[in-house]
Parts: sequence; C-alpha cells; structure tokens
Amino acid sequence: MTLEIIGIFVLWLFLFGYVIVASIDFGAGFFNAYSLYRGNQHILNKIIQRYLSPVWEVTNVFLVFFFVGIVGFFPQTAYYYGTTLLVPISLATILLAIRGSYYAFSTYGKRMPKRYTYVYGLSGLLIPASLSIVFTISEGGFISIEQNGPVLDIASLFTSPLTWSIVVLSITAVLYISAVFLTWYAHYAKDEEATTLLRKYALIWAIPSLITAIGIIVELKFHNPEHFERLFDLWWMFALSVLFFIGTFILIYKRKNYGLAFTLLCGQYYLAFFAYGISHYPYLLYPHLSIFDSFTNEAMAIALIIAFIAGLGLLLPSLYLLLRLFLFNKEYVEGRNDSHV
Amino acid sequence: MASEQSVLFSRALTELTLTFHIIYATIGVGIPLMIMIAQWIGIKKQDDHYILLARRWARGFVITVAVGVVTGTAIGLQLSLLWPRFMELVGHIIALPLFMEVFAFFFEAIFLGIYLYTWDRFENQKKHLLLLIPVALGASFSAVFITVVNAFMNSPQGFDIVDGQLVNISPLLAMFNPAMPTKVAHVLSTAYMTSAFILASIAAYRMLRGSTHLYHKKALYLTLKLALVFSITTALLGDFAGKYLAEYQPEKLAAAEWHFETEENAPLILYGVLDGEEIKYAIRIPYALSILAHSNPFAEVIGLDQFDEDVTPPLYIHYLFDIMVTLGMLLIFIALLYIIGLMRNWSFIHAKWFLWTMVLSGPLSMIAIEVGWWFTEVGRQPWILHGLMRTAEAATSNEHVGWMLVLFACLYLLLGAGSIYVLTSMFKRNTVEQELADRKIEKGGDTFDS
Repeated sequence: MTLEIIGIFVLWLFLFGYVIVASIDFGAGFFNAYSLYRGNQHILNKIIQRYLSPVWEVTNVFLVFFFVGIVGFFPQTAYYYGTTLLVPISLATILLAIRGSYYAFSTYGKRMPKRYTYVYGLSGLLIPASLSIVFTISEGGFISIEQNGPVLDIASLFTSPLTWSIVVLSITAVLYISAVFLTWYAHYAKDEEATTLLRKYALIWAIPSLITAIGIIVELKFHNPEHFERLFDLWWMFALSVLFFIGTFILIYKRKNYGLAFTLLCGQYYLAFFAYGISHYPYLLYPHLSIFDSFTNEAMAIALIIAFIAGLGLLLPSLYLLLRLFLFNKEYVEGRNDSHV
Repeated sequence: MASEQSVLFSRALTELTLTFHIIYATIGVGIPLMIMIAQWIGIKKQDDHYILLARRWARGFVITVAVGVVTGTAIGLQLSLLWPRFMELVGHIIALPLFMEVFAFFFEAIFLGIYLYTWDRFENQKKHLLLLIPVALGASFSAVFITVVNAFMNSPQGFDIVDGQLVNISPLLAMFNPAMPTKVAHVLSTAYMTSAFILASIAAYRMLRGSTHLYHKKALYLTLKLALVFSITTALLGDFAGKYLAEYQPEKLAAAEWHFETEENAPLILYGVLDGEEIKYAIRIPYALSILAHSNPFAEVIGLDQFDEDVTPPLYIHYLFDIMVTLGMLLIFIALLYIIGLMRNWSFIHAKWFLWTMVLSGPLSMIAIEVGWWFTEVGRQPWILHGLMRTAEAATSNEHVGWMLVLFACLYLLLGAGSIYVLTSMFKRNTVEQELADRKIEKGGDTFDS
C-alpha cells in the first residue's frame, strides 16, 4: 500500500464515521421537531436528549478531523476546493455553528423555545444537503480553471439533476440511518412507545433511501461515464450492500434483534460508501486533481500517520469509556441516573 | 491573483472570526485549570464552597466551550476557504500540529462530556477530579498546537526552497521554530491570567450587588491570587518575546516601538503620536529598548531604516502594543493591591470603587488579549508567511467573500448575544445562595485564608 492510499483510506474511514454519527444527530433533531409539530413530543424527547447530550461535541470532531486531515495529506485540495467551495461550505459552517451552540444553550440553559426546535430540526436536513454538494462537485464538470484560478459554475451546478439526486439521497439516508439507530436505542432503554414510533419511521424511510441511491448511479452514467464504468466493476460490493439492506429491513419489520439490524445498516453504508470511494480513485476532483499529484511530501505523510496512530491509541480507550458510561450504560439510558453538573 | 477586494474582505473576515473566537478560546483554555484548582482545594480542605464553585464554573464553561467549538470549526475551514494558496503551501510543512490539535480537542471533548455527566456519581470525589485532568490537558495542548502554527507563520523553518520547489522538509523542525517557545508560553499564561480575572470579575460583581456570603469572598481571593501569579508570569514572558523579536523579526519590534534609526543605547518610546516621522508627546525611557531587546543598555537595536517600506508593518501597531502592555501592568497592580490589602487589612479593598475596579479587571484582561493578537497579526504584515508569501498572494480569488463577511458577522452577533443571555439567565435563576441552601451545604469552612 502506498502512503497516498493509506492517507485517503484513513480520511475516508473518518468521513464514514461522520456520516453515521452525524446522520443520527441530524435525524434525531428532525424527528424531535416533527413530533413537536404532531403534538407527541413527549414520546421522543427523552430518548433523543439522553443520546445527544454527552456526544454532540464528539460528532463535530469527526468532521474537523476530515477537513484538517485532507489538507494535511493532500494540500492541493485546499487550493481547488478551498477556492470554489467558499459559499456552500460557509453556509454549512454557519448552520452547524447555530445548531451546535444553540443545542448547548438550550440543553444546559434548560430551555428550548418551540420556534427554535423547528429551526434545529430543519438545520439537520439543510446541513447534509449543503455538505453533499462537495460530492457532486468532485464528479467534475462544474469547475473550470480560469486565469485567476478555479471557478465554480454555480448555475450549472444548481440545474444539474445529479446535484439534486445527491441532495435527496443525503436527506433520505440521514432519516433512515437515524431512525434505525434510535429504534434500537429506544428499545434498549425499554421505552416501548418510542420504539414503536421510531420503528415506523425506519420502515417509512427505508425504501426511499434505497431508490435515491440507485438513482444516483443512473445519473452518473450520464454525468461521468468513466466513474460509472468503475462503479460497475465493483458491482459485488453494491450487491452485498443491498443484501445487508434487506436484512435490516426484515429484522425491523419483524421486530427482531434491532442491534443486529443497526449493525447490518452500518455494513450496508460502509460497503456502498467504500465502493463509491474506490471507484472514485484516483481522482479527488475529476479530472483536475488526483491523490497522486496533490499528495504531500513523504516526511509529512509519515509524520501524520505516526501522529494518527498515537492519537488513536489515546482516543479509542477514551471513546470506549464514553460509550460504556453513557450510551451502553443501562442505568443512564433508562434514565435512572441523573448526575448532570 | 485575487482581486484587491477579495484580499480586503478575506482579511476582514479572518480578523472578525479570530477576534470573536479568541474570547471563547481563551476562556476555554484557562477555565478548566481554574475548575480543577477549585475542586482540588475543595476536596483537600473538605470545603464544599470550593466544590460548588467548581461546579458552577463548569456549568458556565459548557456554554462558552460550545461557542468556542463552533467558531473554531469556522476558522479551521476559513483557513482553506479564504487563504487557499497559503494552505496549499504550508500544508506541506506545518500540517502536523494542526492535525494533532484535532486529537487534543477530541480528547478534551470526550472527557468533558464524561466529567459533566458524572457529578456525584463517584463515591470517591478524587476520581471525578481525575476526569478533569484530560480536559485541562486537552484544552492547553490545543492552544499549544495552534500557537505553534502561528509561530511558524512568523519564523518559518524546516524546509528549503530549491528552484521554486520545497525540499528537505522536516515537520518537527518546522514545529520547533524560534518563535514557538515564547509564543506558546505567552498564549498559555495569558489565557490562565484572563480566565482568572474574568472569574474574579464575577465574584466582585456579586459582592457589589450586595451578596455578603463567604462563598464570593473565597472565590475572589482564590481567583485574584491565581491572576496575580499568571500576570507576573506573563510580564516576564513578554520580556522574552521582545528578545525573540529583536533577533528574528526586528522590523516588527522597530515598528511597534517607533524605532526609526538603528542605534546603540536605544530609548523605549511609550505612547505619543506620530507627525510624519516626528514623535510627539511620548515618554522616553533611556536605554530601555536596548535592555528589552538584548538585556544590555548599550546594545544596538535595528531600526526601520534597515528595511524597505514595502516590508514594514503599519506603524499604528505601536498603539496596540502600548495598550497591551499598559493593561498588563495595570492588572498586576490591581491584583497585587487586593492581595496585599487583604493581608494588611486595608479597608479600601472593600470599598465600592475598588470592587468596581475588580469587576473591570476581567474585561480589561480580555481587551489586552484582543489587542495583543491584533498587534502580532498586523505586525507580521505584509507577510502571511514571514519573508516567503505575502498576504495578498495567498487570498482566494472567489468573488463572494463580501457576502460571507456579512453572514458571519450576523452569526457572531447571534452567538455572542445568545451566550450572554443564556449565561446571565442561567445564574440568575439559580443563585449561589439558593443553591447552597438546596444542596444543604454546611461543610463550608468559615475562613477563606489558606
């Protein structure tokens, strides 16, 4: 394995981590707002609060890790993506900032006005939508290199069907991933009422999330045939991913083993996400930027990898402790323990 | 190349973000240490007042840390969005500390989550205190790693340029650059100092509002003692920083001190105004600049005459420098007066006007932090990377920076107002006196000397 591959693998893995944990977070906010609208907020409120409170900051770090890491391993991305993504990424940052800080304000300040709950829920859909634009742009065709530097063609970006399919996929995936996880979590907390409601959401969003994913593969055939060819070579990964999807769906439908259902869901997204990533190889941005010509020097790459391994040595035990004390601690999850500052 | 307007707006947006972020970042670095000290004293003395102090500080800290996290994310992204040419270049050399900062912060975030949700969960209080150590370490190391990057911008090393190509890159050499030791130490000590003064302000304010509870006296005494230690440390470190500048960035020192002619026995110019190249109404301290720069009253100090005008920073940094130093000295004086006054039983330290002075100490300390950062950033101009890349060359060519400036300004307004509102209403709803009663705290000691 070359250093380039190790670098992109590590980053992709963290991005996958962000996709999962952030989806749970975004979806939870949306379901919370929706249930407020429907007048049955009491059902979900507790379970969502219990999950989100100790981990919201940790979610954010996955994203920071990814963008700091990609500039470290592939400094040229700063030039191409940095110049062109000013507007979409700034908007996503502003939404993330409002969402993150007001979450802390309301949780620790113990007050959440109704209006804000709606904004919070909606931001959970807008953030993945604006972040997903990066995937669209990476397919090429929207950036031209002009005398002053790279320029993003915003008009063609917003009229492209590919853009909107990816936006819709990101939203359906967020809702589906979140619903499946929370079903399991609610069940684990022995909260039957919440489990029933969340299970319903999981079943509702399952099929749309699959259809939109397939839709994108079709779009790619027209937009970037080269990438489409390479995707097709990895058909077995997608096939396996669909099998995992069916597994999750059946388990949720039959109300059996929600833990396994969520594990299968992670497997499904892991396979699809990596199949997409591998077929994207070697381009970070079609056709201007590949992982080879944008790569940092060897000394820095080795230093970053060593720092990464040392960092993981520190983090994994800490994360394990966090999960043990909260997410998988029966007393905490069932709400029998309140030791907040 | 970016248009002039893009450069201007990019600079304005970066300055705005940093100016806002540094308030929360400074608090974020310093407060965990203060919480740790209070909780430790509380456990050691079996005095629940200190434990409650730690608890209430921690509660407020969560709000400020949240704003620090999200604005930190913003500046992290803006580095690439606004200065793509810069990040493309320095990514090769100084990406390592940026990467490590993420880990330090990750570590802090995990343990902060655990610490906040495990109050009263442990039989042994010391175990709970242990959880705070990674929080304080993570916070301080985040500051260390980010400051290393800033130091690198002032004194880049750890690479060679041959035919326009970067070669012989050494990430560690780049990290341990000449500006790093003084800068890191200065940032840490000022963060601890400012946090201590801010907490002292709060205690003084409560006393001014008529709270006579011993709790506030203990808080004021503890925080001002810490503030005194860290502000004296800061002054000493400031002296080292001057010597660093004389050696590696003499034009920055010369511009800050309005030192135009290279000369021996150089006097230090305090305050004053500039009329062309003539300095009016200034206080001149003979030999002081030579001492500051080289620890020798007769040493030669390089003046601005040695530099082309297009590589010298704007001369208004003199005012920033003076404000920073004056505030630093004033704050040492305030803390010293209180501590000595308390030991000697001077009555004026309980007077209203002196309480007001102490209320002001926190905001003044924060102003010193702000002007200090403006001084060091403007003082590096016209360079973004000293001697190698100009700020104007590094900016984005994107035409929409102006709009982003407006949007981010609104965001910071919202976050600033939100955090102040939440903090004040949070503590108003649950006053110290009420919480002491609710928790039936009787174990508080009735003296507050140590």
